[in-house]
Amino acid sequence: MTVMRFVRRGLTFLRTEVFVLPSRIIVLLFALGLLALPLFTDDPYILRILIMTSLLATFAASWDFLAGYSGQVNFGHALFFGAAAYASALINVHAGLTPLVTIPLGALLAGALGALVGLLCLRLRGAYLSLTTLALPIILVSLFFAMPELTGGELGIRRVQRITNDRVINYYIAVVLMLAVCGILWKIGESKFGLILHALREDQVALRAAGINTTRYKILAFTISAVAAGLAGAVYGHFLRSVGPATLDVQLSFQAVIFGVVGGMVSIVGPVAAVFVLYPLTEYLADFEVFSAFRLLIFAVIVLLVLLFMPRGFVPWIRDRMETVCQRCKNRNTATRSSCRVCGTALR
Amino acid sequence: MLQDILITGLINSGVYALLAVGFSLIFGVARIVNITHTAFYMVAAYLVYVLGHLWGWPAWLAIVAAVIAVTILGLLSYRLVIEPVREHETAVLISTIALAAIFQELMIIGFGGHYLSIPSLIDGYSQLAGVRMTNQQLLTLVIVAVTLVGVWLLLAKTRLGLAIRATAEDREVANLMGMNVRHVALWTMGISVGLAAIAGVVVAPLFVVDPLMWLDPLITVLAIVVLGGLGSLKGSVIGALIIGYVETSTVFLLPAGSFLKSAVALSIMVLVLVVRPEGLFGIAFEEER
Repeated sequence: MTVMRFVRRGLTFLRTEVFVLPSRIIVLLFALGLLALPLFTDDPYILRILIMTSLLATFAASWDFLAGYSGQVNFGHALFFGAAAYASALINVHAGLTPLVTIPLGALLAGALGALVGLLCLRLRGAYLSLTTLALPIILVSLFFAMPELTGGELGIRRVQRITNDRVINYYIAVVLMLAVCGILWKIGESKFGLILHALREDQVALRAAGINTTRYKILAFTISAVAAGLAGAVYGHFLRSVGPATLDVQLSFQAVIFGVVGGMVSIVGPVAAVFVLYPLTEYLADFEVFSAFRLLIFAVIVLLVLLFMPRGFVPWIRDRMETVCQRCKNRNTATRSSCRVCGTALR
Repeated sequence: MLQDILITGLINSGVYALLAVGFSLIFGVARIVNITHTAFYMVAAYLVYVLGHLWGWPAWLAIVAAVIAVTILGLLSYRLVIEPVREHETAVLISTIALAAIFQELMIIGFGGHYLSIPSLIDGYSQLAGVRMTNQQLLTLVIVAVTLVGVWLLLAKTRLGLAIRATAEDREVANLMGMNVRHVALWTMGISVGLAAIAGVVVAPLFVVDPLMWLDPLITVLAIVVLGGLGSLKGSVIGALIIGYVETSTVFLLPAGSFLKSAVALSIMVLVLVVRPEGLFGIAFEEER
């Protein structure tokens, strides 16, 4: 009985909220496709690339939550990724705890670090904030290099335990983690909390004048984003079985920014789409002898071209081609409709 | 030891000051955080290698040609890549990152990823107030000093300098006063890239040249301009002296110092910012309040 009602409510939700917009149908098909993929192939190469893509997508989405929604453009997001990866790996190797315990511990530590960074950056604005956060992972990496007995210096920590040796289960862990984290981040972004983050980006003074404690929301935004990035980082370490300074690299921080901006900020979907298009593409091209030397070059040229023609990112660009916004109630509609699906106003 | 710290610190600070002043100038005038800035410095160093070392041009000609070529390259990049996306602040950042990556990859494809060293342009040693230094180091110091004074004269005494300072202070009002803000931005970009190129040609014979040589100074220059206050030239020079000497002393005095040099420099920057969020000499911008 309750099951029937649950199913019926789900179907109604699908009909009224999902099937009305092409972009939502695409997201649904994408998620289902990812979940169904192991039914058709268990090719280790494909699964491996998709695991890396999913983890990177989680990382990029967590950056978008902080930089896009709350406007705190963090240039050192790898700090949370790397700190969680190192913490989880160190606990695993030295205390011998199972990855299922160390991954949440690593993410919690990243969250604490996020709150600390948020506290440190409270008074900083714009470019100052970006450039200060850029410095933080570099400081951490130098400290790690200076104490090689603990952190393994440039080689990093090796012989980290896998979560499981079954590659299909590994794949599901990464994909479900990505879908869950992105779903939660998106849901928070749509909630009242997300509304306050939008306001934080647009006008902090007005927000404070409205009686809202901006300090609290800024630190919370940093913490949530850091936990999400930390989860991706910790799983990454256990998947690759080694954690090195590359997890704190400037290039990783920049990648989050690049995926976020190329895909389209303030959407969560944008960065994920950018990772899923660009990362497998560059990996695939790198397999050809001719292209392997030009991998980063091709990547940079694609990024440049996307930005020159679609400065707001490619996901908003494509969505604007498929959907129009109702002038009256601001709800999205399929571009082919002549009247708004919510309020019935004529669309242009 | 003390002598080494003094001379190396002075040279590092001078090179950093050239880079930081250029970076600060274009940020002040056009609000562009130009990540490609130190990539231009790298390209200039490579050009000196090609022209002066491989093709055997005379040293002064190689230097002048490299600076001019890189300045033109900078202006082209500004017109083709940065200006079209100028309205979108993060898009500017990403496109300059992408541009820097493109230059880096082109250098790897052209010259390989390994280190190249360039012989000194002039040989010999000089004795100066009891301190022994190579003529190459002396020449570097002279070029840096002359260039910095030149930039100061340009900004303080000429009409172009007045326009640059006015645009940096308030873009809209400068525009209303009849200045062509777009041209001012273009001129500033030229000066900024030119300064980076000069820094590149003077360090090429002192340090090694490799395709990743732009990353380290980039981080340091960002630290310097943030420490001194974005858009402030006085701040950039003083910041360069502070960071340059801190880095050099860390390398000479601390064990494992070469690992810790950027950590110490960046920690100082973070500490200053926590106390003074607009840097030492920064201006609190209207829209950022």
